[in-house]
Amino acid sequence: MARRDYSLTGPEAARAVERGLAAAEWYHSDVPRKEMKALMKREDQLAIRDTIILFGCMILFAGIGIALWPSWWSAPFWLAYGVLYGSAMDSRWHECGHGTAFRTDWMNNAVYQVASFCMIRNPVTWRWSHARHHTDTIVVGRDPEISVMRPPDFLRLVANFFGLFDTWNSLGRMLLNASGRLAPDEATYIPESEQPKVIRIARIWVAIYAATILLALVTWSILPLMVIGLPRLYGAWHHVMTGLLQHGGLAEDVTDHRLNCRTVYMNPVSRFIYWNMNYHVEHHMFPMIPYHRLPELHERIKDDLPEPSPSIPAAYAEMIPVLVRQLRYEDFFLRRDLPPTARPYREDLHDEVPGIPAAMPAE
Amino acid sequence: MSDWIDACATDDIDEEDLIRFDHGGRTFAIYRSPEDEFFCTDGLCTHEQVHLEDGLVMEHTIECPKHNGRFDYRTGEALRAPVCVNLATYEVKVEAGRVLIRI
Ligand code: FES
Repeated sequence: MARRDYSLTGPEAARAVERGLAAAEWYHSDVPRKEMKALMKREDQLAIRDTIILFGCMILFAGIGIALWPSWWSAPFWLAYGVLYGSAMDSRWHECGHGTAFRTDWMNNAVYQVASFCMIRNPVTWRWSHARHHTDTIVVGRDPEISVMRPPDFLRLVANFFGLFDTWNSLGRMLLNASGRLAPDEATYIPESEQPKVIRIARIWVAIYAATILLALVTWSILPLMVIGLPRLYGAWHHVMTGLLQHGGLAEDVTDHRLNCRTVYMNPVSRFIYWNMNYHVEHHMFPMIPYHRLPELHERIKDDLPEPSPSIPAAYAEMIPVLVRQLRYEDFFLRRDLPPTARPYREDLHDEVPGIPAAMPAE
Repeated sequence: MSDWIDACATDDIDEEDLIRFDHGGRTFAIYRSPEDEFFCTDGLCTHEQVHLEDGLVMEHTIECPKHNGRFDYRTGEALRAPVCVNLATYEVKVEAGRVLIRI
């Protein structure tokens, strides 16, 4: 079987459109409008509380790290700061990009800008790329945010626990945008009217990084980069650890989020860092629900969903053998059983995908 | 000159909510504001043509259920990306407990 082309400008992009997978109707569990309205309700307090804790801890940990620098005693504080910078900012970018974290929209936008900078994700580009991820979740040739492609590139996946490929790629795009240009795939999903904003922000960021590097050179110390920039590498592991579980080893080219998203029960610290995105089927099915109501939504619809993974290690134990098998059988994926209370999977389009059996069980 | 169309009863829409109304092969969204006023827009989001009926009304905005784009439903103005194009709006009047729209 020929390798699939995951680019947004290749033949798979046209095929997805031809097969009706682009901007298709997706399956939704039944939740009456009255309940859904209660779940969608926005408020500021919880996100303000979480944001004060987050930024307070970042200032505290970085402050202690600077005070103890260059002693090795500073290392645990940098590791803690790094996770908040290089991983918690991923979920803040995500929730505030949806505009669901806070009721007051300027708060969403302010946190979104800071988080985008920390993650080196252009806030304009990534708003559009994430919209496409929701329209065409894990549809090959359409979704720009597929992190585990087939066959899996394990070297790349492991390197990204330290942000290596992602950061390299992000810096390259930032410099390209700052030079006044967009990458060809970006031009496919960013409306022309928004493209000047991409370039303006990239130029501001280049100026901030240049000033940080200059300060490091003047002081002849990497300390400024420990605060800005490097945490995107040494603190990335948590967001990659949780992010790979979102869709890894599951189906491609389907229109039912129960087939291509994974919900994982997680410990409270990871849930704070990840802002409850471990309820990933629920988030994709109903992106209007704020992070703090996702546990309730989960309780409400779990009878219609596959059993969640009970923990992060259990989810990896489920996913890794599937990825290993995909090295030899690219069309292999995990199709989890539904409880008897659930409505059947929506597989009308899925059945038509050449080379992808609808019901191949995991070994 | 277009006619007034009887769309629904005022009680059909909860306060700070919307309903869908289909007429003549077109689809609309009719809103009831927190001040108990009624408004009408096109039913489909200008971003990817998803119906707004499952969206969230907050004060005077409607948030699209697909990508959380927002419009001011009184004027149709696009307020939050990924929506960039304004929604069409239509005149509304209330008579004897009925909501009439002019399309
Ligand atoms: S379809 Fe409405 S915001 Fe995308």
